Amino acid sequence: MTSRREALKKLLNSAMVVGGGGLVWGNIAKASQSSPVTLRPPGAIEENKFIQACIKCGKCVEACPYDTLKLATIGETSALGTPYFEPRKVPCYLCTNYPCTEACPSGALDLKELQKESEDKSEDKSEEINIENARMGLAVIHKESCIAFGGVQCDACYRACPLMGKAIVLDKEVNEFTQKHANLKPVVNSDYCTGCGICEQVCVVEKAAIFILPVELATGNVGDHYIRSWKENDESKLKNQKLIEEGKDTDVESAIDYLNSDEELFE
Amino acid sequence: MSLNRRDFIKRSAAIAAISAAGITIPKKLTASLPSSEGNWKWDKAVCRFCGTGCGIMVATKNDRIVAVKGDPLAPVNRGLNCIKGYFNAKIMYGEDRLKKPLLRVDANGNFSKQGKFKPVSWKRAFDEMELQIKKTLKELGPTGLGIFSSGQHTIMEGYAVSKLMKAGFRSHNIDPNARHCMASAVVGFIQTFGIDEPAGNYDDIELTDTIISWGANMAEMHPILWSRATENKLSNKERVKVVNMSTYTNRTSDLADLEIIFKPNTDLAIWNYIAHEIVYNHSEAIDWDFVNKYTDFATGVVDIGYGMRTPDHPKFSEKEKETVKHEVAKTLSEDEGTALSYLGYKAGDTMEMKNRKSAVKHWKISYDDFKKALKAYDLDFVAKVSKGDPEESIEDFKKKLKQLADLYIEQGRKVVSYWTMGFNQHTRGSWANEQAYMVHLLLGKQSKPGSGAFSLTGQPSACGTAREVGTFSHRLPADLVVKNPKHREISEKIWKVPAGTINPKPGSHLMKIHRDIEDGKIKFAWINVCNPYQNSANANHWLKAARQMDNFIVCSDGYPGISAKVSDLILPSAMIFEKWGAYGNAERRTQHWKQQVTPVGDAMPDTWQFVELAKRFKLRDVWGAQPIPGLEGGLPDVLSQAQEMGYNPNDTLYDVLFANKEAKSFAWPDPVGQDTLNTEAASDKRKVLGSDDKPFEGYGFFIQKYIWEEYRKFGLGNGHDLADFDTYHSVRGLKWPIVNGKETLWRFNAKYDPYVKKAGSNDFAFYGKALNKIGQGDLKNINPSLGKADFTNKAKIFFRPYMEPPESPNKEYPLWMCTGRVLEHWHSGTMTMRVPELYRAVPEALCYMNPKDAADYGFIEGDLIWVESRRGKVKCHVETRGRNRPPKGLIYVPWFDEKVFINKVCLDATCPMSKETDFKKCAVKIFKA
Amino acid sequence: MSIIRKYRFLIARRFVQIGLLLLFVGGNYFNWTILKGNYSSGLFLDTIPLTDPYAVLQILFSGFMAGTDLLIGAAIILLIYGFLFGRVFCSWICPINIIADAAIFTSNKLASKPKMKLSRRTRYGAMILGLILSTLLGISAFEAINPIAILHREIIFGLGTGWTIIVALFIFDVTITKHGWCGHLCPLGAFYSLISRFSLLKIKHNNDNCTNCMKCFAVCHEPQVLSIIGKQNGLIKSGECTNCGRCVEVCEDNALNFNLGKNNKINILGASSRGFK
Repeated sequence: MTSRREALKKLLNSAMVVGGGGLVWGNIAKASQSSPVTLRPPGAIEENKFIQACIKCGKCVEACPYDTLKLATIGETSALGTPYFEPRKVPCYLCTNYPCTEACPSGALDLKELQKESEDKSEDKSEEINIENARMGLAVIHKESCIAFGGVQCDACYRACPLMGKAIVLDKEVNEFTQKHANLKPVVNSDYCTGCGICEQVCVVEKAAIFILPVELATGNVGDHYIRSWKENDESKLKNQKLIEEGKDTDVESAIDYLNSDEELFE
Repeated sequence: MSLNRRDFIKRSAAIAAISAAGITIPKKLTASLPSSEGNWKWDKAVCRFCGTGCGIMVATKNDRIVAVKGDPLAPVNRGLNCIKGYFNAKIMYGEDRLKKPLLRVDANGNFSKQGKFKPVSWKRAFDEMELQIKKTLKELGPTGLGIFSSGQHTIMEGYAVSKLMKAGFRSHNIDPNARHCMASAVVGFIQTFGIDEPAGNYDDIELTDTIISWGANMAEMHPILWSRATENKLSNKERVKVVNMSTYTNRTSDLADLEIIFKPNTDLAIWNYIAHEIVYNHSEAIDWDFVNKYTDFATGVVDIGYGMRTPDHPKFSEKEKETVKHEVAKTLSEDEGTALSYLGYKAGDTMEMKNRKSAVKHWKISYDDFKKALKAYDLDFVAKVSKGDPEESIEDFKKKLKQLADLYIEQGRKVVSYWTMGFNQHTRGSWANEQAYMVHLLLGKQSKPGSGAFSLTGQPSACGTAREVGTFSHRLPADLVVKNPKHREISEKIWKVPAGTINPKPGSHLMKIHRDIEDGKIKFAWINVCNPYQNSANANHWLKAARQMDNFIVCSDGYPGISAKVSDLILPSAMIFEKWGAYGNAERRTQHWKQQVTPVGDAMPDTWQFVELAKRFKLRDVWGAQPIPGLEGGLPDVLSQAQEMGYNPNDTLYDVLFANKEAKSFAWPDPVGQDTLNTEAASDKRKVLGSDDKPFEGYGFFIQKYIWEEYRKFGLGNGHDLADFDTYHSVRGLKWPIVNGKETLWRFNAKYDPYVKKAGSNDFAFYGKALNKIGQGDLKNINPSLGKADFTNKAKIFFRPYMEPPESPNKEYPLWMCTGRVLEHWHSGTMTMRVPELYRAVPEALCYMNPKDAADYGFIEGDLIWVESRRGKVKCHVETRGRNRPPKGLIYVPWFDEKVFINKVCLDATCPMSKETDFKKCAVKIFKA
Repeated sequence: MSIIRKYRFLIARRFVQIGLLLLFVGGNYFNWTILKGNYSSGLFLDTIPLTDPYAVLQILFSGFMAGTDLLIGAAIILLIYGFLFGRVFCSWICPINIIADAAIFTSNKLASKPKMKLSRRTRYGAMILGLILSTLLGISAFEAINPIAILHREIIFGLGTGWTIIVALFIFDVTITKHGWCGHLCPLGAFYSLISRFSLLKIKHNNDNCTNCMKCFAVCHEPQVLSIIGKQNGLIKSGECTNCGRCVEVCEDNALNFNLGKNNKINILGASSRGFK
């Protein structure tokens, strides 16, 4: 039989252990699962959700016929135990039968992600699953190290792109230097780029001048208040736009305050 | 447990990954630089790869190539390069560069056909070569020797080996890999103009309004030229039109305003449709003044076979015979019945190939006959014959054909037609070339700035070395031919060899050298700067012949490839910047460079190898009477004449051909070679133990300059004028003929070509001398009573019909298979596959196919499949996306990858006129591996 | 023979542990289809999903609706352990068990004394904490650091530096708390303990034969489960018992045997000639 006092002490003790342990555990867990620059297999859901969902079973890794996918171990940028790939080493070859996505039991890789998003969200069109809808990342070109921008007839990335002519197009311009050749400059089209990274792998310069970043890091956003007249369907974003709320009374007060403080004008 | 696709790919991918990481493929190409800090030195050179002929600058430091850049002063590329040119600095220092002679020996160190390769001294190598050549000469005479030569030889090397072979050994069994690439173009030029090589130049790309690419994926194969085409298109988007004529969609289609996908071989029909359109519907477009003054009409025999051996050959399998039987007779198809109706043929007739041996026979015809022959080629017929994409509507296709014809016909529109292997590698390749001239000449759109038919070349010196030097089995330098006694006489004079030395009987062309080896007619073969065992069609035959027959095969190379693998002796060769050299590109531009660095290991220049071999043979060994199969009386004994000329029978070929008095007058050192290495003339720091086992001290004279100056005598004054050696070292190449120090921009055009005035014309003159006197007749035959027609200063407008290839898809082999190159790799990849970056970019040859075909066969992207023909099969991975997009019914497999040995599948049928193999079409079946 | 007999369950356990691992390795490297994936989530014969239910629970607690395959797999595992075999995962399957046993062996040899006493209930706290943290962090908190998963991933997928965690665990067990991880901290072990209370496979104690030699206490890694030994006949009911069979092996008095089914008198696994002597 323990006394109340001892029981209380023990409870406190336990609370300390649990609290302290929990804090350490939580921080380590969080650190080992943050991975902002990781490239995920095709069909991966949004990164935060992906980390939640992935059970780290490696079935996608086993399904990959090209040894593209790896499970992250300690000290790698990717969340511990989760699948990722480094395109400069082995890119994703966009298997038309998406074995990795199909192998995932957890929903972290989801075939729905490989279905084309219907422009009209209200209509539930079930589009065909197509690996070309994968958005593993987005190719970015560092034009200063891309030799094609200087006029070398390279376009190795362009020719290697599985969506040649769509995901990478060649921007042709007259070479200022020779005046009789054209530069064929690769340009990435984010509407089509799957982030497979074959371009990064084949890039012939020493450190790839075209490389894949996670879509989130490689994209900007126009904002909902401006509709690009030159872009088809840009208006559709108005559908889910949040209205700017009307100002509160306190805002009016701030206006009055401003009007009333005229001292500065006469300093 | 089934071994499925994944296992297979996974393993091969792992191997690829390992290789990319540098285990089997050298990682550090720039390794082992001397540590001392030295300044680097730039010097001009030429890109090692394609026929474009880009100028580059090479930086050397501590006797190593360290960098390249595009030469801003080079007119072709003005400082730019393509991706291969970008890697010129890296091609020479692969880890497995051959550095010592290697001989197959048995346990006792004696040569054995079954032995393993062991390093030997140069002396041992030459001893063995001498022994084997002497043995062969004794057994078979001069024709027992064969040389696989190259369009990548330097001009001096090509000249040296040609002289050694033709004047020394008196054999014409020397043929370059350019046979595989340009021979049909040559026949086209010679038959049409009487002189080889294009009239125009690359400036046409900027000057023209219309760029029509026929069977030439210029965007990948001639990227620098394509970038010039692109610039022209950009500079005048409305006016300039680009057309891609191909059997599959490729990179060239990107820029094209019009893409026509046609069925293999039907380019013949399409040209005739254009001519039909001109003659029947737009006769006002015919430049009658031009046509009447400078051209006349001609046609030739059609029952010429397909350049194969006859089906009774014992080495053919039953399967092969299904195709080979067409060599002697072919049942005409419905399309052929119509196409050949002008000769009285109809569908179902059997055409006996009576003119197999006289395929080049042609004669003058009248315009009316010409017109009559074209009658059948109207839009309906040609569209039906030639539509290549089963999914395209016939109406759309007709519209496109009409557009194409309209572009050619449009008054005032400048048009250039470009072509390469799609035309040339064709069982009627010579015809296709001639048809291009037919249309251009009819319209007067030829030999004018911005207008003309222009044959692009594939190799860096297919023109410069192979064609101009004449390293072919039937040629001598400067368009001279061995059959012509006058030409032999000229050559014997320049070479200072007795009259009658040169064999009057042409030797074996490239495919025939292979066939002769298989037939035991050639027992000594030497391979130089090429890879004939990977690049020749129907390879299984030749590989077996090399390894299993009694023969001795020598391979001089920088890197080990398939040809080295099947050889008996391998000689390490100095590579491009390790020797003095010159290349000639497709626009007649000759460009020289100097030796930049000492060769690696014990590697020595090819010229040195030829010259050292020459030391082993005395005149008495080769200039006595020699038996030649098929030549009555054989070759005469010329030793007594030789003695009259001051030669001693115990003089060596080295003394007579390479180290004669004239040669020695070219002293080394020479101002042009100041501060420059010259391994042949003065040896180098290595003092390699030479063919006599003593340190090689150099010849003591400027052998390259001697060769150049002697070679150039062939062309002076006859339209092939080249400048002197020193001039080329102060310019960025010159386009021959070079008259009074001026290069020629457009040949046959008085405004630019002094030879036209010399021919007595103020306008145009197609002054080529070959085949100027031919018979006359009707469409069917020569009519001897009409006498000879004179084509002096005139070009021929040929009518050539449409015919099918000897092998087309059927039920068992339902697909067309086409092969070719990719931008990243050069030919068989021996150099480019060793550049890690290029290897990584394209590590293996893929089988490009239409996604619908893939779906029908149940293949998915990346599946490993067999591609099988009647001759052989290879495994490769399926690609349904990417750079080449064939229509249904056609697959494309590049040939650079020795692991995907597609030439085992290809058919070794050739154009019977040019003897150039058709690599672009055969019938295959495919199935899962 | 007697040695083999003496260690028959140990040998069998190692055989099963390593065998399963090999099957997974073969699944990855050679495309064998018997077992694919790993212990977090596997696929048996390319059809039957098997999933770590505690991992699924964490996913659910983190706020993500786990995929159907995972839920079915977890249910199958729950059934197998909860109703049939009890906490056998910890002694017959988990590869960490080999490390933990090695650590105990080592610390016994070294006669090292534990520096820190931990309650065996800590693991239940950890298990609950794992779920709470999963909710708070929005990720599977235990899976983020799970040394078991790290070990088998290292082996099955041939990774790199994860071995260090295993070494740390070994050192912890040897120098700080004996049987520290498996016996005191592992939330997964705690989870399986909870669900195993009513499983069919149990150790049955025959007090009539017991000589109170206490050998079973000496070998047992969860000795608290042996409370009835020497006192009364019956089953070792605690879910914390891993059914490792060490006690059966060491008992020379036929007082301990495997028993399948609560009232089943048939002694299936411990049956031996000695039982009838």
